[in-house]
Amino acid sequence: MNVLTEVAVEKKLNPMTKESNIKMRGKDVTVHYGEKQALFAVNLDIPERQVTALIGPSGCGKSTFLRCLNRMNDTIDSARVGGNITLDGEDIYDPKIDVVELRARVGMVFQKPNPFPKSIYENVAYGPRIHGLTRNKAELDEVVESSLKKAALWSEVKDRLQESGTGLSGGQQQRLCIARAIAVSPEVILMDEPCSALDPIATAKVEELIDELRANYTIIIVTHSMQQAARVSQRTAMFHLGYLVEEGATDKMFTNPDDKRTQDYITGRFG
Amino acid sequence: MAAYLFGFLALAAIVVSLLGISRARRVRTSQAEKVHSRPIYHGLNAAIWTGVPAFVFLILWLTGQNAIVDMIVMGSYPGADALSGAQRSLVLSEIRQVANGNNFREPSPQILAAVAHLQSLEMLARWAMVALVAALVTVGAFFGLKVIESRYRARHSVERSITIFMLFSSLVAILTTLGIVGSLVYEAAQFFARVPLTEFLFGLRWEPQIALRADQVAGQGAFGAIPVFFGTFVISALAMLVAVPTGILSAIYLTEYSGARFRAVVKPLLEILAGIPTVVYGFFAVLTVAPAVRSLGLTIGVEAAPNSALAAGAVMGVMLIPFISSLSDDAFAAVPRAMRDGSYALGSTKGETIRKVLLPAALPGIVGGVLLALSRAIGETMIVVMAAGLIAKMTLNPFDAVTTVTVQIVTLLIGDSEFDNPKTLAAFALGLMLFIITLGLNLIALRTVRKYREKY
Repeated sequence: MNVLTEVAVEKKLNPMTKESNIKMRGKDVTVHYGEKQALFAVNLDIPERQVTALIGPSGCGKSTFLRCLNRMNDTIDSARVGGNITLDGEDIYDPKIDVVELRARVGMVFQKPNPFPKSIYENVAYGPRIHGLTRNKAELDEVVESSLKKAALWSEVKDRLQESGTGLSGGQQQRLCIARAIAVSPEVILMDEPCSALDPIATAKVEELIDELRANYTIIIVTHSMQQAARVSQRTAMFHLGYLVEEGATDKMFTNPDDKRTQDYITGRFG
Repeated sequence: MAAYLFGFLALAAIVVSLLGISRARRVRTSQAEKVHSRPIYHGLNAAIWTGVPAFVFLILWLTGQNAIVDMIVMGSYPGADALSGAQRSLVLSEIRQVANGNNFREPSPQILAAVAHLQSLEMLARWAMVALVAALVTVGAFFGLKVIESRYRARHSVERSITIFMLFSSLVAILTTLGIVGSLVYEAAQFFARVPLTEFLFGLRWEPQIALRADQVAGQGAFGAIPVFFGTFVISALAMLVAVPTGILSAIYLTEYSGARFRAVVKPLLEILAGIPTVVYGFFAVLTVAPAVRSLGLTIGVEAAPNSALAAGAVMGVMLIPFISSLSDDAFAAVPRAMRDGSYALGSTKGETIRKVLLPAALPGIVGGVLLALSRAIGETMIVVMAAGLIAKMTLNPFDAVTTVTVQIVTLLIGDSEFDNPKTLAAFALGLMLFIITLGLNLIALRTVRKYREKY
């Protein structure tokens, strides 16, 4: 069944590549954590300036795949990544690639909001500072303001930029983390269940934000919520037990999936 | 006599608890309804009733007996009212000496009469004590065994007793501290009655060697504590200069860079440093480090004493490394992984992450460790006694000998001490000041650590 699925996926990839540019491409990606293999030969293309949702039951490897895309797995000692992942055609695991530069191009937002215990301003200014993106305070102020505006947080925090970022509400903290990621002008933003720690209203705001960000950024989002995947993404990839089961346009995936496991998962029969 | 009584109490408690257990078992088998507490609790409860009241009574009796007997004896001693406090205690001690059979001179008839009185009183007290303890044990055992029945909540009763016992245990440390402070304050007040507080706090000369005769030249001594505290400050500063960077850097290396195997070996080794007795550090300082420091000083052309602030400070710094390293290590490890991930995901290097995220987040914990180490440095005695020096000198030259508060306290109290003399009493004033300073530092440290706990 897997073989069949992968063939089917290969077939479907071709029409898509014509419509839109491929920003990132994973080819035969495998990941081992120590002895345990977490990801089996995943082939997935990420189209530029679209939202790609990765879905699947817990432990299916979707977060693992996401963390390969900006080499966050490097920070886990036991993790080994195989296969080939490219960003604009460049192999990101090439020894010549500087991981610091890669992560500046491929930003990440985590499951639990993790603002630094610094002021709101300093949280956003952190990335531009370490990368030397601005020449003076005025420029930095501008980057901070525009990032917060893009993250739809500016109006709520503009009068208290010097207050601690950890004092914000959960939803605000998550948008602050998005602003922080935007501030280094990434091309791709990875989001690992960005709304799982948020209430429905904050979730709605973040989803709205994701939809706006699509105009400028390529977004890959891991989510446990089928509705969320249906609402925010254009393409969806379904993972199960470390395999990529199926991927395609979100509309099709949710109305007429090819694989029975996808159908079962989407309709809530397992997972 | 009292020792036998304590043994008897323990034995009685054990016997009664066994009786209680078997009685509770019988109750359980003979009655249909459910028994509230397990037999062991009934046994313990009975043992507590048997032992504890008698034990408390015995302790109180033993503490009070001598004072009361003395009072009665002196009450019937002819002319006792005319005696001053000191004479009174002299007479009393003579009576007790004679009663114990140590005759230094032929006792007067009054004394002999008092001795007879004392001995009869003590005999009476002893038997009264035995009788009362026996009565308390009997009543306690009787009551403790009698209450055993199915609905009696022996477990609650036992747990309450244990709670009270724990309360007393925790009070011991507090009461001891209060006692220490009290004695320090009392003796220091004696000192300040002789030497003005302003001289002690602001004086620049420390020459506590009081002359034996009042008319001797320079018989007064000088008690300006500033040079002594200055020495403590110099040595502590040197120690912190060694310990703080080394400790923090080693903590950073161990938590962020080293492999698991290196860490597993080095961390326990570092903590062994904290277990070395300070007197051993003292040997090391005086026999190995001090000569090396002196020859280094002479080589670079600085006036260098055989004992130097640098030798003592450096060795003390090494002693303090594990404090700072271990507490900083904990502080770094307590920074959530999400902080590191957040920083790495923005494309920062390990160094940037440590400098800009980990250090600020761990800072309160590190500060707590540094302050604890600092109060250890200020209070450290053995290393400086062996390696620092004795002369109070205001110098910033680390190759010179300085003295510290703790060294002065030790030297002032060694040998024959007269407690009506500012030389001896000065030790208590120094001790009080030291106590206030380290207490302040500890309070700051505790507050910082608590603030740190609330952070995440």
